[in-house]
Amino acid sequence: MIVKYAPQLINLFATLILLLSFAMISQRRIVTLINLFMLQGAALVAASFLLGYVTDNHELYVSGALTLVLKVIFIPWMLHRVIRKLNVRWDVETLLNVPTTMLVGIGLVILAFSLALPVSRLSDALAGGSLGIALACILLSFMMMITRSKAVPQVIGFLSMENGLIFAATAVTNGMPMIVEFGVALDVLVGVLILGVFMFQIREKFDTLDIHNLEALKED
Amino acid sequence: MSWLGAFSQLLAMLMALLLAPLLTGWVNQWRARLQNKSAPGLLQPYRMLHKLFNKESVMADRASPLYRTAPYIIFSCMLLACAIIPTLSTDLPLSPAADAIALVGLFALARVFISLAAMDVGTAFGSLGARREMLVGFLAEPALLMVLFCASMITRSTSLTAIVENLAHREFAIYPSLLLAGVAFTMVSLAENARVPVDNPDTHLELTMIHEAMILEYSARHLALLEWAASLKLFAYSCAGLALFFPWGVAEAHSPLALLLALPVLLFKLAIGGFLLALIETLSAKMRVFRVPEFLGTAFLLAVLGLLVNVLLGVG
Amino acid sequence: MHALYFVLGVPLLGGLALALVGHRGYARDVNVVFSLLTFLASCVLTAQVINNGPQLLLSDQFFIDPLNVFLVTLTAFVSLTTAIFSRPYMRIEQDHGKMTPPRMRLYHSMYQLFSFTMLLGFTTNNLGIIWVAMEAATLTTVLLVSVYRTTASLEAAWKYFILCGVGIAQALFGTILLYMAAEKVLGPEHATLLWTNLDDIKDQLDPTIITLAFVFLLIGYGTKIGMVPLHSWLPDAHAEGPTPVSAVLSGLLLNVAMYAVLRCKVLTDGALDNTMAGDLMMGFGLLSVTVAAFFLSRQKDVKRMFSYSSIEHMGMITFAFGMGGPVANFAGLLHMTVHSLVKSAIFFTVGHATQKAGTQVMSEIRGLIKVNPNVGWGLMLSVMAILGMPPFGVFASEFLILTTAMREQPWAAPFLFLGLGIAFASILVRVLPMVFGDTTLKPLAHPPALIPVFVHLALALVLGLFIPPYLNGWYVQAAAMLGG
Repeated sequence: MIVKYAPQLINLFATLILLLSFAMISQRRIVTLINLFMLQGAALVAASFLLGYVTDNHELYVSGALTLVLKVIFIPWMLHRVIRKLNVRWDVETLLNVPTTMLVGIGLVILAFSLALPVSRLSDALAGGSLGIALACILLSFMMMITRSKAVPQVIGFLSMENGLIFAATAVTNGMPMIVEFGVALDVLVGVLILGVFMFQIREKFDTLDIHNLEALKED
Repeated sequence: MSWLGAFSQLLAMLMALLLAPLLTGWVNQWRARLQNKSAPGLLQPYRMLHKLFNKESVMADRASPLYRTAPYIIFSCMLLACAIIPTLSTDLPLSPAADAIALVGLFALARVFISLAAMDVGTAFGSLGARREMLVGFLAEPALLMVLFCASMITRSTSLTAIVENLAHREFAIYPSLLLAGVAFTMVSLAENARVPVDNPDTHLELTMIHEAMILEYSARHLALLEWAASLKLFAYSCAGLALFFPWGVAEAHSPLALLLALPVLLFKLAIGGFLLALIETLSAKMRVFRVPEFLGTAFLLAVLGLLVNVLLGVG
Repeated sequence: MHALYFVLGVPLLGGLALALVGHRGYARDVNVVFSLLTFLASCVLTAQVINNGPQLLLSDQFFIDPLNVFLVTLTAFVSLTTAIFSRPYMRIEQDHGKMTPPRMRLYHSMYQLFSFTMLLGFTTNNLGIIWVAMEAATLTTVLLVSVYRTTASLEAAWKYFILCGVGIAQALFGTILLYMAAEKVLGPEHATLLWTNLDDIKDQLDPTIITLAFVFLLIGYGTKIGMVPLHSWLPDAHAEGPTPVSAVLSGLLLNVAMYAVLRCKVLTDGALDNTMAGDLMMGFGLLSVTVAAFFLSRQKDVKRMFSYSSIEHMGMITFAFGMGGPVANFAGLLHMTVHSLVKSAIFFTVGHATQKAGTQVMSEIRGLIKVNPNVGWGLMLSVMAILGMPPFGVFASEFLILTTAMREQPWAAPFLFLGLGIAFASILVRVLPMVFGDTTLKPLAHPPALIPVFVHLALALVLGLFIPPYLNGWYVQAAAMLGG
């Protein structure tokens, strides 16, 4: 029975991931942001496991487990610790107000869907239709990174973009070769650790994590 | 028009009239319990309606005929809305005349009249409430329309009965766009029914009111009709939500036995829905009025997103 | 044991070793030794490729052919000379108090790991691993850019991380799409992302998917090249870190990104019937040249100015490869080589100059020739070289690019001339006062290591006058393989 409904379930998980991306854009509180990111990772893990079960591809199990350990357990734990130590709980207004952000978000979604439609028709994979959703998640996270002025939401935007990328790989090609997946996971892990170190350095220097302080070198 | 059809139509309207205050009472009970207060009793809304109908109506001197007739118009709008939503059965004689767009139109009509009535007497709070109600309505209507279009895109019809028949009696399928539409619909119904996080129905602080501010001046039978209309609106929204997203159990045409089953199923679904509403109200804090456009804008865009997902996944 | 094991294993081992002892006094020498061993291993590898032709190694995971072997040797060589340069330079920095022992440890170990990731990027056959190597290269240098902990360097490092991270994520999406196209032909094997396999079947790849894939790959890896409009991280990152880091970033990392783009371009040209890939690269290359030239003319900080010069030169290289054809490809490859040599030489001399003066602002540095003639002349000659004066190699490659442009894409030639002209004027106007004139600067406590500078300049001179036959043969072979 699961096999029969598998494409629809995967599309459902894809939509859930997209919904969470939108929720993250409009969210102000950083703690909730981290929890939403964790939920997004969980949806991704569920999609990976389901796809692995249906296509009998054990590599997807490994990929799902990797995402689980990294994006659902370790990274949210680390981020919670960092914001507790740095005493960052709230966010101020974003660069654009929330309704404008969401309108731009819808524009990006339309762009992503129209780009991906011809390509996803050519895909043989079970979940090929959700390539557009994956690309939309990537673009939305990108926008989140641009419109936020604090360091932690930018980091979460970056990680959420990686989520979208892994989902794209899972949907369209049933996962990348294992060695590449491991490489990507390693990069993400090291990246987050470095970012953690960074935030302490920035905080030490500026007493705040507001990225607006980091604009002295802009070209006029 | 078969006699079964006419019967189920009348039954639906009667059920709406009787059950709406019960639903409100159920929600209030659970709100109280979740907040560790003692609950007011399930039949309290009925007692209040009874009390109000037996009182003498007091009205301002300057009140116009609009002021006097508005409660009746609003009440009939809500009752008609309940009549065209397939709560118990999809065999409703009125349904060819009314579809999803007409439903939204009925709500809009009621909104216009209550705003006019609020401004009629010239008090400050009435105008305040009317302005805010119009702000909420202006944004909530398109969102509601988009949600309904999402469902109609899947079933290729805007008639509510056709939507329910299609979704309920098709083979079970998961439509991801309905997830997005469902979230949007929840947000819209919270706003339209004056619930936390948009408006606190229990508040006594006039400056924070939206819905309550508009009915401050009414008393006795007029107030009773308006309170009943508010309950009917909540009932209509709940039934619309159930019809779109959980349509199983609604009777088809030409099956009187299914009608018998439909009532307990409806009660069960409404009970769960009411509990969830109370839960959402308890877990959320009321947001400031100038954030309400953001909230509803989010709902609108989620519904549009649902439509886009429909297009992407090739549905409808 | 094949030389490749050493080429990759020595820097990796070096990174781990220096993580333990990088703060000791002898760490600087250990760094040089590891780089020397890497360079020797790459020379042996080159000899093997000359004798035996292109090689596939380790179950096809590594592939050495004319295109990447000389880049491997170049990278190893410049890493060696930069390590030699950094010996006295970092010692002086430590004396000035800008570097503490823990930071030195980080610096040394990351330096070797950075070499490792670059060499991995060049030698791997797996397109996914190229991506991993590029991201790893960014990660190893991010903490190095901010090592001085000034507000400007923190900003530069943050921007570097975030913008490069975003850019390279687009490249990952492009890689995923490429894998999707490849899977349809080759099946979902591990061997599907190997470049050699893809090269064999490139005309069977689906054009729709490949078009979209190449756009994302160009945007992604183009960010790492410093392609306008995705370049804003480059001037900051190259200007704010320690000078050896600026030298390797400008001289070497940009080449790795360019190499990745080239590998993808070969596949794209094979899959599509049109010249979309080349046209895109030409357009972006020209844009980079013109925009960088304008920004260059407004700079006051010497390292930022030369970073914009890097953007401009990479723009020229992108344009050359976009044009395609044997002459333009040859010119592009030559330009990559001489640009690495000369740009790192410039950063060496500039580094010493700024150390003496204590500032990076050009109007405050004067009379280098009087204080230390070697540094002064080194800077003068390097600047002459990078500006394209004959007989240095940059002149030869720029000449080839310009003449090919005038012949095949005449509309582009005015832009190139304009960009080069503005850069020429701006840089010369600013550097001449730095070198000549009166000064109050004092000599440094430790003699600077200037042999690397003159060795690089000598090599650039040689390449301008007479390219050795087998090097010439390689360039021709690589140019032919790039096609177009």
